[in-house]
Amino acid sequence: MKKSNIIMFIAAILPLGLFLFPLWKITLEAPQYPTPLGMYIHINDFSDVNPHDIKNINLMNHYVGMKYIPEAIPEFKIFPAGILITTAIGLIIAFKGNYKWFLFWFILMMALSSAGLYDFYIWEHDYGHNLDPKAIMKFTNPDGTQMGFQPPLFGSKDILNFRAHSYPQLGALFLGLGIAGGFFAYLVGKKNHKKA
Amino acid sequence: MKNILKSIVAMLSVLVAFTSCNNSGNSNGKSGALSSNIAEKVYVAPGEHDSHYAFISGGYSGNLTVYGLPSGRMFKEIPVFSQFPTSGYGYSEETKPMLNTSHGFIPWGDSHHPDISQTNGEIDGRFIFINENNTPRIAKIDLTTFETTEIIEVPNSAGNHSSSFVTENTEYVVAGTRFSVPVPQRDMPIKDYKGNFQGALSFISVAPETGNMDIKFQILMPGFNYDLSHPGRGKSHGWFFFTTYNTEEASTLLEVNASQNDKDFIAAVNWKKIEEYVNNGGGTMMPADYAHNVYDEHTHTATSTMKKEVRVVNPTDVPGAVFFLPTPKSPHGCDVDPSGEYIIGNGKLSSALTVHSFTKMLDAVNNEKFDGEAYGIPILKFEDVLAGTVESSGLGPLHTEFDGQGNAYTTFFISSEVVKWKLGTWEVIDRKPTYYSVGHLTIPGGNSRKPQGKYMFAMNKITKDRYLPTGPELEHSAQLYDISGEKMELLLDFPTHGEPHYAAAMEADIIKERSKKIYNLEDNKHPYAAFSDSDTKVVRKGNEVHIYMTTIRSHFSPDNIEGIKVGDKVYFHITNLEQDFDVPHGFAVLGQNTSELLIMPGQTKSSVWEPTKVGIWPFYCTDFCSALHQEMQGYIRVSPANSNTPLKWSMGEDIE
Repeated sequence: MKKSNIIMFIAAILPLGLFLFPLWKITLEAPQYPTPLGMYIHINDFSDVNPHDIKNINLMNHYVGMKYIPEAIPEFKIFPAGILITTAIGLIIAFKGNYKWFLFWFILMMALSSAGLYDFYIWEHDYGHNLDPKAIMKFTNPDGTQMGFQPPLFGSKDILNFRAHSYPQLGALFLGLGIAGGFFAYLVGKKNHKKA
Repeated sequence: MKNILKSIVAMLSVLVAFTSCNNSGNSNGKSGALSSNIAEKVYVAPGEHDSHYAFISGGYSGNLTVYGLPSGRMFKEIPVFSQFPTSGYGYSEETKPMLNTSHGFIPWGDSHHPDISQTNGEIDGRFIFINENNTPRIAKIDLTTFETTEIIEVPNSAGNHSSSFVTENTEYVVAGTRFSVPVPQRDMPIKDYKGNFQGALSFISVAPETGNMDIKFQILMPGFNYDLSHPGRGKSHGWFFFTTYNTEEASTLLEVNASQNDKDFIAAVNWKKIEEYVNNGGGTMMPADYAHNVYDEHTHTATSTMKKEVRVVNPTDVPGAVFFLPTPKSPHGCDVDPSGEYIIGNGKLSSALTVHSFTKMLDAVNNEKFDGEAYGIPILKFEDVLAGTVESSGLGPLHTEFDGQGNAYTTFFISSEVVKWKLGTWEVIDRKPTYYSVGHLTIPGGNSRKPQGKYMFAMNKITKDRYLPTGPELEHSAQLYDISGEKMELLLDFPTHGEPHYAAAMEADIIKERSKKIYNLEDNKHPYAAFSDSDTKVVRKGNEVHIYMTTIRSHFSPDNIEGIKVGDKVYFHITNLEQDFDVPHGFAVLGQNTSELLIMPGQTKSSVWEPTKVGIWPFYCTDFCSALHQEMQGYIRVSPANSNTPLKWSMGEDIE
């Protein structure tokens, strides 16, 4: 097996780490929460950082009319299938394909990941802006528009008394390494092709 | 003239400043620099934690208070033997059985000597035990929840004072009787006390896994007063020592009549030997009547069981198990040093301390060097067991604790001081006043092989002028001392609640991470629990109405209830659905003839209300739970006894 194909093989396997480790983490800090509230986003699940965190996030959020974080979303079925399929494609390419296919896999993964991030953003936006009209507390921006409570996609942000942090986790690193590995396999493959 | 005055003042200031500097290294000085140094020793910065827990008995409050050291801040009052309206302990349906006894429900108790569970002679911080003096009982407090989870009544006992001390592996928590009484209780002339009354020493086994208590056996001793006790440890593990007074067996004017004998006794009990005797079927089952109350953390409910017999042992039936060590002048405290070699008997009417040697005692026992007997129990010779005497150390010695460095610290009630002395040489090293009339003292890790040093605090009986006056009734005072140096250093005065007799203290790290934050709702097995707003209901059974109610920020469900009638017995069963740390909800309804309920996250508590008046009565949350706490309220409609108002309830919409 060629060196580039071995790299491609590893690259195709790496995204499976998403089934072992969380993809993203959202943390909410406030003075009365010396242990911050936190939620992990997995490829197929939301989970508490500490026991009952999601329940407590929901309890906080109901004051401003935010919906409860759902037990499951359709993405929890689509994303794992997407990862399994792209890994399968990646493996087939690793065994059968050449470097041009590696580039194709890299672009496919980039496109799908961007779509996933965009989907996540849409969900976050809806979660933060589609508020119950009977909300206990209603806040407006200085310009009179309704205040949203969308957590940041990436980074940290103040939301009322909370400071929200949103950062990728180990699962995302596996995915990123996999994608980068695909590109690296392409470069190695291309270099070897020229030599040959 | 003014100028001269000014310069004199200036010179004096300079002199004072220099003097202060010179004194700063002197531990007896009282300069500003030094006091700030002391302040630093007790200062725990905002948000930081104390290094030690102190569990201070609440005495006649019936409870146990939790303090931090070195700050002297009080964190919690744990209800044990007394009703506690703050949380509903002893008022709620779930906790009323905790205060059940063979004399019926008793709302109050007199708590005395807390002692922490041990493994291999070291504090393990699983449980803390405390005795009730008046209606003899022993309670167990779970140190993950800091709640009382078990109370066992002690039959044949009266004035449960030489209690509740644990053995090296918490095999037993031991309870001795202060007052001897007829056993079994019967109608007889008081003057016939002598020779007819008996003193029961109870060995309550503690199950290793669950901590469940059970009276394994009672030793029926002669009718003396068994004042205090401590277990042997290390080499003397397997023995237990009890001080006695009133070996005169007087029943009246004891202050005179019980002070006639030059020496009373320390009773040395080889409990391993008696345990073996009992395990082989020894002793007799005697009819008895005592309550055993157990609180279940999952049903959040206590049950009270009446037990009908107890195993008693006549000490003379087990040769070699019990001996008397003559000890001068009505000894009070009975303390065993960390090595288990020295047994200190503090003759409270003498100025000297008597220290017995365990090794010498064993030697005398093995060589049967007896000096007569009392009711068939061999008396050893004072000189044969004496290790040494701490001379002219003070007046009215009561209790002794140890620092693990070979030093002992004894309180002197009459001379209001703590005296530090050396084990083995018996020389007095230091003495410091207390304010005033000190009873017990505590060193963290006290009753164990490994005292945790650094701090000692004295619990005083008289306060007088130590704090801002609060009328005739004052809280008691305690003093904290640094004992890490050769000389003791007074650090802090702090008030204590009730009448603290004794305290148990330990390094905070042993238990602080184990402290529970919430009760898991999933583990709630309360028969009347409701697990969501929609799970709530109201059920009528004759004139009993059971309301399955929930609380979560910031509402009750249901919060409108109709169909209750005058003469009904209404049970509010309230489940707190919160699963967040420190979000309790409270419950009170207008006209409730009992206390509020304070319900921890995941917990269910019940309160009974028997409305006597027609009307619409509000109920509300008593704990400021959230920004919308004031909105957390509801109404219950009470109709006349003969009305036909249908039983209905709602939350979020009107009752139609």
